[in-house]
Amino acid sequence: MATSMRYVILAAATILAGFMSRPAAAADAAKGKLAFERNGCWQCHGYIGQGGAAGKTLAPKPMPFEAFNVFVRNSNGQMPPYPKQILSDADLADIHAYLSSIPAPKDYKSIPLLSR
Amino acid sequence: MARKDRRRFLTGVLATGAATAVAPAVRAQEMEAAQRAPSALPPTTQVAALETQTPGETPTNRIGGVPGSDFMVDVLKTLNIKYCPANCASSYRGIHESLIDYGGNKMPEFLTCMHEESAVAMGHGYFKVAGKPLMTLCHGTVGLQHATMGIYNAWCDRVPVIVIGGNDLDAAHRPPGVPTFHAAQDIGLLVRDYTKWDDTPVSLQHFAQSMVRAYKIAMTPPYGPVLISLDAGLQQEAIREHGQKLYIPKYVPTSPPQGDSGAVKEAARLLAAADNPVIVADRAARTPNGIKLLVQLAELLQARVIDQGSRVNFPKTHYLSAPATQVASADVILGLELSDFWGTVNNWTDNGDNGVGENQPRIKPGTKLISISGAELLTKSNFQDFQRFLSVDISMAGDAESTLPALIEAVRSAIPNSRKDAIAQRAQAARKAYAEQEGRTKQAAALGWDASPISTARLVMETYNAVKGLDWSIVSQSGNVSNWQNRLWPLTEHHHWIGRSGGFGVGYGAPASVGAALANRDLGRISVNIQADGDLMYAPGVLWTAAKHKIPQLAVMHNNRGYHQEVMHVQRLANFRNRKSNYGADDGPVGTRIENPDIEYHKLAESMGWWAKGPIKDPAQLAPALREAVKIVQAGTPALLNVWTQPR
Repeated sequence: MATSMRYVILAAATILAGFMSRPAAAADAAKGKLAFERNGCWQCHGYIGQGGAAGKTLAPKPMPFEAFNVFVRNSNGQMPPYPKQILSDADLADIHAYLSSIPAPKDYKSIPLLSR
Repeated sequence: MARKDRRRFLTGVLATGAATAVAPAVRAQEMEAAQRAPSALPPTTQVAALETQTPGETPTNRIGGVPGSDFMVDVLKTLNIKYCPANCASSYRGIHESLIDYGGNKMPEFLTCMHEESAVAMGHGYFKVAGKPLMTLCHGTVGLQHATMGIYNAWCDRVPVIVIGGNDLDAAHRPPGVPTFHAAQDIGLLVRDYTKWDDTPVSLQHFAQSMVRAYKIAMTPPYGPVLISLDAGLQQEAIREHGQKLYIPKYVPTSPPQGDSGAVKEAARLLAAADNPVIVADRAARTPNGIKLLVQLAELLQARVIDQGSRVNFPKTHYLSAPATQVASADVILGLELSDFWGTVNNWTDNGDNGVGENQPRIKPGTKLISISGAELLTKSNFQDFQRFLSVDISMAGDAESTLPALIEAVRSAIPNSRKDAIAQRAQAARKAYAEQEGRTKQAAALGWDASPISTARLVMETYNAVKGLDWSIVSQSGNVSNWQNRLWPLTEHHHWIGRSGGFGVGYGAPASVGAALANRDLGRISVNIQADGDLMYAPGVLWTAAKHKIPQLAVMHNNRGYHQEVMHVQRLANFRNRKSNYGADDGPVGTRIENPDIEYHKLAESMGWWAKGPIKDPAQLAPALREAVKIVQAGTPALLNVWTQPR
């Protein structure tokens, strides 16, 4: 029951944060790539946030920064939370900038090995 | 009596023959003196005679008859066991010599292995392609200890492997020193918790019965590994029939157990009346026929099928093939040989809550559950491979594949005419869902397509492209490549995929792939192994075994430079505890990464007789390297590409 309540609060905070979305203007994608690797994000999500069996797809088009921030800080699902003690606000903003910089993939129909 | 014969044999070997005519007390003193004798001994009576007298008639051999292990080979030949992968050991030297010299090294052919775990895993992989068991020989103590993880995997994966452990039981007469370190009262104790049966024959006739019994038990579904403890004396002494002629019992296969007919009818009634029946299969198809039966049942019901992948149970290209999430919409679920029914219908989230995580159901309340599984006939207490307990509505203890014909007929009878249109309409929805799912999967595979290190989807599809026109077989699951082979390759035949290790004991992948490749070689197929880096390093000597015995395979390394499952586990625990994980000088938690220095797997393979290339980090270089490697494999040489990959 306590867990379900936490899910509700987390979902509400995420929705609210989505409405308050703002770009992380000072964030640096290059630093973000390094922070993504040095904080273990790549382990489940892949080096370019492509996702896979162990983690969801993060890029391209990551969720808005505020929702991303709330989720990363408070996740109660398979993704472990990253509190400020182990991942600074600046690093998190940079990571988001890195994920936002990743270009969209090709349409699979344009890749011969996938279009069969 | 056998002991008496053996004592005589050993007496000659140990060169203490002068003491037979003296009083016991004197003999004891002489024996004590002999035990303290210097390394250079005076010649024995026998040696002195050979050196000084005219040679007499040459005896047949030193043991005065036909060795017991020759009869053992006669027994083995009746069972048509094709290969014996094994690491040599003195406690089975008797049968080893008989196999290669008396038996002509055929049926079984001895294959030189460098680790007992590899030998067992080769038998494991071989069975899943050939459908026939192999035997392995090992020291009953130190060798069996090496073999145990492989035996546990085979147990969990319901695969028959026949393990024979050499053991010198006679403490008074076995050689002292190393052979005594390598002897035990009861070697079966080491593996009794995860074998179907074991025995310690004390006569040759006993061996003949036990060997045929072991084979029969191993090959009766649910399959499983068995162990024979083989006394060194019994192998080495001459055959003494004691007035009774030795005979070899005939092996007659046991019919697999079927689900109870009343339970089958009740299951059919539930399935026929369901609005959205879902079939889940894990080890349902023991044989290629199992796939055909499951297609019949699924099409009869227009029920979607989730193949959990311990075998190819259902064609991936069939429109009724469904993802694991399909259980959420089911009103009746038929589970066929599931290794974890609880985990099929429940979700466990490793979120650290109270230190243990959280459980949530995946299915709607009131969903009816039916289980057909042979595993219920073979449960032991200690090891927990039986998973969490789940109450189901109908529980049948029986072999799923053998029960399917009766279930198909019962379902056919149970479907009223009034429901046939509704069932047919399910097909249309299933076709649409299948097409949409396929599109989503391919678009997901396109993510990171050009990335370096190479994406696992790209790795898998470039490999498929290189072998797609051939008769191929994926011979390992060890890759942990986000399951892309199962999601993207057209797995339709039983040999297209051999499933997982069973017990998830790492180190299974490389040797199982060599065993499966051995079976495929004999059938003219090409074997493809997506080989994980950590798995290969448990016992890389199996690469040499493959080259030595000309067992070709295409090994494509999924080299993510870490024990990646553990990378993620330690990271997760650090986060739950609000601690920054210590990476040391690596890219992941200390103790989980395989880097600094990087292992050059291509050089490792090359040093053991493989053709190899790498490291390949640019995805554009992968296709030409694969084309080259496939040609090498087709010419009969194993080939390995060391590919640097994304983590999953």
